This record gives sequence, structure tokens and C-alpha cells, in this order.
Amino acid sequence: MSESLRNIWTIAKRELVGYFNSPVAYVFIVIFLLLNGFFTFMLGNYFLRGEANLNAFLMWHPWLYLFLVPAAGMRLWAEERRVGTLELLLTMPISAWQAILGKFVACWIFIALALFLTFPVVLTTMYLGSPDVGTMLTGYLGSVLLAGAYLAVTVMTSAMTRNQVISFILSVVICFFLILAGWEPVTDLLVRWAPEWLVNIVSSFSVMPHFSDFQRGVVDFRDLLFFGSVIAFCLFGTSVVLRSLRAA
Amino acid sequence: MITVEDLVKDFGPKRAVNRVSFSVQKGEILGFLGPNGAGKSTTMRMITGFFPPTSGRVVVGGHDIGENPIPAKRLIGYLPESAPCYSDMTVHGFLAFAAEMRGLHGAAREQAIQRVVGLCFLESVLHQSVDTLSKGFRHRTCLAQSLIHDPPILVLDEPTDGLDPNQKHEIRQLLKRFGRDKAIIFSTHILEEVDAVCSRAIIIDRGQVVANGTPAELRARHELAGSVSLRVQGTAAETVRTKLHALPAAGRVVVQGDAATVTARVYPRDKPVNGDLARSLSELAQREGWRLDELRTEEGRLDDVFRSITRPETAKGAE
Repeated sequence: MSESLRNIWTIAKRELVGYFNSPVAYVFIVIFLLLNGFFTFMLGNYFLRGEANLNAFLMWHPWLYLFLVPAAGMRLWAEERRVGTLELLLTMPISAWQAILGKFVACWIFIALALFLTFPVVLTTMYLGSPDVGTMLTGYLGSVLLAGAYLAVTVMTSAMTRNQVISFILSVVICFFLILAGWEPVTDLLVRWAPEWLVNIVSSFSVMPHFSDFQRGVVDFRDLLFFGSVIAFCLFGTSVVLRSLRAA
Repeated sequence: MITVEDLVKDFGPKRAVNRVSFSVQKGEILGFLGPNGAGKSTTMRMITGFFPPTSGRVVVGGHDIGENPIPAKRLIGYLPESAPCYSDMTVHGFLAFAAEMRGLHGAAREQAIQRVVGLCFLESVLHQSVDTLSKGFRHRTCLAQSLIHDPPILVLDEPTDGLDPNQKHEIRQLLKRFGRDKAIIFSTHILEEVDAVCSRAIIIDRGQVVANGTPAELRARHELAGSVSLRVQGTAAETVRTKLHALPAAGRVVVQGDAATVTARVYPRDKPVNGDLARSLSELAQREGWRLDELRTEEGRLDDVFRSITRPETAKGAE
């Protein structure tokens, strides 16, 4: 067990070093922080709300991640396939699972790091009012899990192609569906003609209701289960894609 | 160390590898020859566990690579065809990664890196980023990666591709040295390499093994192999011909020339009796008092053998 953890960490470490050896990491972090600031303070009207919470900040994350997470993760497998290092990686004495998890964890840590750098928003909120710390923490937890779910989708689409752009577009489309499925205008559209069970199934795929629970300070087991199963399903999908790639 | 049994690989309707079987023992260096697209790389990818075979099996050091891939892969050092490296790392970082994947950490890792850096002449670029390296250095970096855990089995897909003549020579010396206590498979289309390095060679064409033997055995397949050519001064062609025909060891005899210089090629009657024919010819010349200019046993040229075995498809393709 410790050996497989070690392998996962070796792969994750390599990915992380790869991020910071190229300008990708710095560009990503700067853009992530700039956009966060813009959305929170300009579009979110943070100051006019008069609320001591992070809603004006967190509410944008599903949309922000929609583009930024696929951008961060699109190279994970596509690049290995393009350069041919996939052959190197998969002939090493590790299981495909360890490689998939290692890459996923690396990129997740990286995004979490970028998210951590938004701490000035928290400090500002605490300075201006007296927010509930627990709610802020669950908000961040939800945001990390949301990013993890998008990232798992991106890992899967990245394994499907050797072209990073295609991988990016595919994952944006899938993640967009994960947002829209539970969005009221969309569910309203379905309610008019579809049976209720179908509406429920479709909307249960959405990240929105699960994410908003965290924003309200609720850590519901069902929400954890939702994000956990999206991640597990997509990583499993990745292993299927990788296997079919080699068997073809 | 490596046993390949009835290996088949289909890509859709196309059969890339068709019932390939062979084995490689410790201390053997197997050269894998074949025209481009013959199935060399595909076979190597199955041996290293990258491709699962359509049917057949590969056993590496007693472990079936399909059923028990991780212990099998531990024994193998692999250099893939295009020598891919992670270009966003330094040479040292890349080798450190390879070492850790092979379970070498801390001091053992640094020691292993030092060893392969010395073997592959990478000292000067150790802290350079891989994507700034020339092709030769990148190739050797990937080769170094395959040697990092001092594996008992090496699978090298065109290890000398893209190297200059000096580097090629160094790599061949390296292979020879390793060949003493490792099992090595390497593919190449440079035939002189087979002579210089291999203890055995396999020629594969359109997915099938068409020849398997030592380089000498392969050369013996050449149509001229075993024949002796000689040049005689100052004896009439007719006389030479008669005398040669009378020789019991001689089969077909071809004589050309005039009174001044006669060249002849004598084929042996029974194929492989090495040296016999040349010896009896030299005795004959001494008895007859011929002035012998040249007497040479033809060994057969590997590239001719290679071409005659693998040509049919290329000829068809060209038409």
C-alpha cells in the first residue's frame, strides 16, 4: 500500500514540478486571481451587498472553473499521448490507476493552491464584518470539491485525445452540462413536457444545488457523495479510455 | 529471461504481428531486424506490456506480463522508438523521476543517476532542460532512463537512431558490455550493427519471423556464401576450368578471363563445409604451380540476405 502511495506521489510531484517549470502555473494563478477579484467586487457587488459572507465570491466559481479547470488539466494525458511519454509511463512498474490518481491529485493540489491565494477575500470580509468562519470554510470546501469534479471530467477528456484544444472543448461542454442540468431556466423547460422523474434525474446531475449547500454552510453527506461519485466515475472512465487506447 | 509465444496483434482488420515466437536468454543480445512497418515496435510494445496482445503470451523472468505486469515490468528497462522524454524537466529531474518510479530514493537514487549519466555521457547537460537538448542528447537521456535500475532485461527500440558515428560506437560497446549478464533485445535497421553486437538476430517481415539465427547463420543463407573466388595469373582459362571441375569438393564452377588473368568462382558441392574448399583449392594451385593472386571465401552479405528475404512486399509496393 505504501508503495502505491509512493508511486502516486512520485507522479504527482512530477506533474507539479512540470506546472511550475513552465509559465502555465503563473499565468493560471494570475488570471484566476484577477478574474476572481473582478467577479467578486465588480459583478458581484461585494461592497453594496452589505453581507458578511463569501456569496459574492463563491457564486461565480462554477462559471470561473468552467474554463479555468479544463485549461489547467487539458494537458495531463493529451500531452503524454502527443509526445509519446505515455509509453514510458505505462511501461513502468506501476498500475494505470496510480498514474491516473497521481495526475489528478497533482492538478487538484495546484488548483487548491490557487484557490488558497484568494485568502484576502476572507480577510476583507472578516475586517468589514463578523462572518461565520464555519460557513466560509464549508464554502471553500465546496469550491475545492467542485473544482475536483470538473477536473475529473477534464482528466477523462484529456485521455481521449492527443490534442489539448479538443480535450479543453470537450470538458467545457461536459462541465457546462453539469451546471445547466439543474439551472432553473433549463429545468423549467423540461418540466413543461417531461415526466417528473426525468426532470429529477437530469437536475440531480447538476453541480449547482450541491455546491450551494456548501455556500450555506451545510455539509450534507449526499453532496459529498455526489462530488465523490462524479470524480470516481470520471477517473474510472479515464482508465477505460486508457485501456482501450492500448488495446486498439 | 524473455519467452514470446505465438504473439499476435491485430489493429482492426490489419494483422500487425502474426504468430511470433522466440526466446532470449541471459547473456544473449538479440537483434531485431525488419523493414519499416514489419511489426518490430509493436512486438516490443507487447513485450514491455504497453500493448496487450490479441493472442499469445509474453513471459518475462517467469512472470506473464499480462497477468502479472508489475513484477515483470520491474525487470525491464525500455527505450521506446522515438525516445520520448518529459520536456518540461531537466535531465537530472527526469532521471530522478525514473529512479523513483523504480523504487530508488535518496542516496540510492543519486548513485543510480550518477552511474547512468556516466554511461550515457550526459554530464555536460545534467541540469539543462530536456527541451533544449539536441536529438542525440535527448536520445541518450531516454536511454539513461532505461538503465537507471540496472535491469536484467533491456528492450531497446532503435537505440542508435539519430546518433553520430562516435556515439553509435559507444552505445554498441555499452550493449556488448551489458550483454554479458543481461538479456537484451534491440531493433535496428543498420545491418552492420547486427554483426558488431548481436549474438543472434531475428528478421521479421509483415509481422512474421522469417529468419532466426546467429549473424553467421544468416549470412550463410546468401547465395554466394561458402563459395570461393580465386584469381590466377598466367594460366589458360581452359586449363583452370578443367582442373577445378576435377576437384571433388567443387560444385558449380564459373571461370572468366583470358590467358593473362583468370578469375574463377567455385561453389562447394555440399553447402556448409567451411574452409575445406579454400584449402583444397590452395593445394591444387600449389600442385599445378599456378600463380595465385587472390583466394577468398565469400561469407555472404547480411544486407543481401535481408533484402532477398524481405523484398517481395517492397517490390510489390513499388510497382
